[in-house]
Amino acid sequence: MTYTSPSAPAATWLIAEREIRMRLRSKAFVISTIVLMAAVLGSIVIGNLLGSNADLTKVAAVGTAAEYAESTKALDVTKVDGLDEAKQMVIDGDVDAAIVANADSPSGYTVYGLDQTPGDVVSAMSLPPTVELLGEPGQNPFLIYLVSFGFGLLFFISALTFGQIIAQSVVEEKQTRIVEILMATVPVRVLLAGKIIGNSLLAFGQIVALAAVAGIGLLATGQDLILAEIGPSLVWFIVFFAFGFLMLAALYAAAAALVSRTEDLGSALTPVTMLVMIPYFGVIFFKDNDLVLTIMSYVPFAAPVGMPMRVFLGTAEWWEPLLSLGILIVTTGATIVVGSRIYANGLLRMGGQVKLKDALARS
Amino acid sequence: MNSTLLEVHNVTRSYGSRAVLKDVSFAVRGGRMTGFVGSNGAGKTTTMRVILGVLAPDSGSVTLDGSPLGEGDRTRFGYMPEERGLYPKMKVAEQLVYLGRLHGMSTEQAKASADSLLERLGLTERADTLVEALSLGNQQRAQIAAALVHEPEVLVLDEPFSGLDPLAVEAVLAVLKDRADAGVPVLFSSHQLDIVERLCDDLVVIADGEIRASGSREHLRSEHAKDRYELQLDGDAGWLRSETGVEVLEFAAGYALFEVDSPATAQRVLKSALAKSPVQRFSPAQPSLATIFKEVIK
Repeated sequence: MTYTSPSAPAATWLIAEREIRMRLRSKAFVISTIVLMAAVLGSIVIGNLLGSNADLTKVAAVGTAAEYAESTKALDVTKVDGLDEAKQMVIDGDVDAAIVANADSPSGYTVYGLDQTPGDVVSAMSLPPTVELLGEPGQNPFLIYLVSFGFGLLFFISALTFGQIIAQSVVEEKQTRIVEILMATVPVRVLLAGKIIGNSLLAFGQIVALAAVAGIGLLATGQDLILAEIGPSLVWFIVFFAFGFLMLAALYAAAAALVSRTEDLGSALTPVTMLVMIPYFGVIFFKDNDLVLTIMSYVPFAAPVGMPMRVFLGTAEWWEPLLSLGILIVTTGATIVVGSRIYANGLLRMGGQVKLKDALARS
Repeated sequence: MNSTLLEVHNVTRSYGSRAVLKDVSFAVRGGRMTGFVGSNGAGKTTTMRVILGVLAPDSGSVTLDGSPLGEGDRTRFGYMPEERGLYPKMKVAEQLVYLGRLHGMSTEQAKASADSLLERLGLTERADTLVEALSLGNQQRAQIAAALVHEPEVLVLDEPFSGLDPLAVEAVLAVLKDRADAGVPVLFSSHQLDIVERLCDDLVVIADGEIRASGSREHLRSEHAKDRYELQLDGDAGWLRSETGVEVLEFAAGYALFEVDSPATAQRVLKSALAKSPVQRFSPAQPSLATIFKEVIK
């Protein structure tokens, strides 16, 4: 009995599905994913605890001073009946300061501390002047740092991890020579497509899961303002990542097809790894440099980090992400064509590293 | 019997400036085991890769029942590459099912086929073992199963018997014979000429990228046997050396293997021998495959 070849999409999916199945079976992969998610969630929760839930300074207050102290909402006020009692609490260390009304003081109150001026109590009791900003409200520099670092690191880790996984899987097939059976069964482009799609789905799934964890974490800790601020850039990041990763995956597969043994992977992958590192370090070092960020946001392999960053900073016009995405998609397509050629030519060449020139030469 | 004919027509292929295959043509008939022999680097693996479509020939073609092969015909072949390869981290049965499905089988069909093959090859107990945990011999059997799981119409096996113990050789052979009996052309290469001699019906000999001989084993034998005789005497056979038209190839006391220039010379030698001493044996020599091989690759 003869069976008809599965259609190209069906065969591609079979290969992709095997890649996914084998990866999910790997303990190292599952554990590292969980650790990554825990790290994202942890940094959000800890950031929240450090930021908003700092303990209020405890004070003891007498009479009308107590009402005023409470109205500042910056102090944990204990009402007491007399000044002596309040002072005693300061001496005993139960509170950091005691506050009483004093008509002679310019501010109307006297603050008693123990051995130091209780600065936070003083500033809480002071009347702040009215402030109005004439320009656009600036973004919290700490948040800018966090977002640039977050995008950069996320892209870097994901691209490096999954790029390595694809490369490993290509070399494994070459090293074990099962690639000959596969090539005798399905066209090489189907083989490559299955590999790229399977691993890209995993990488993409991981990124979406991390973004979801970050979103849920921000909502659950009541930081919905921050979520609203980074939301659009997060969505762009995911879209750019999807295409950017496809491009890198093709490059990783092609580079890996040039060598025959896992031991030789390192040197073959170095150029691709450099491409991944540039946007990572670029966005961290140049997050304040508008020109560099603008260039980065259009260079295909740096755009997945550069453009979302500019969207977040608000320096990108509405059409800029679309244009950059278009450039990225075209480049990705071209990379896949060239990559699959190198891949096909490299697969059957065993022994030393295949020269790039030879791999590009004939099909 | 519905048998298939695989033909290689004038295939040429070179790597860079080195010609690996020069005008290679031969046929592999359905229902027969065809041995493919040649020294290392003679072009066996390249030929097989061309047949499988893994490698494109520079010129020439491969046909199945007269029609050229396209991409959709790949599933009709079963292939076992010389360098063994299966995924080390996949279970044996899982791997067979995967390969079956890649060849267009449904999951159920692939499972059923994998199960019956594993049973025939004595691997049922290893079905859920990771390939990397198998012994070398069992990996070899799994490899055969991988080539057969999709019930191919043509089998191309590079060194299928290397590394197998005698029991495994029998198990693998039985499976292959089964396929051949069903009309499948089976092309297998081997360095072990004694195994080839025992197993194959047809023979293709390749050297330096050229086909030096091809045809049925018997035909090749008789072709190379026609002017050679063996003689076993009670007395000494040394006088043979001085007979005209005779060239002694091997000699040991009463035994001689010699080549004659014509059948008449052979008869004359026999008469002289009978006149000198009792003759134990006088027969045309059946050359071993190893002998034929050495001759044709010269």
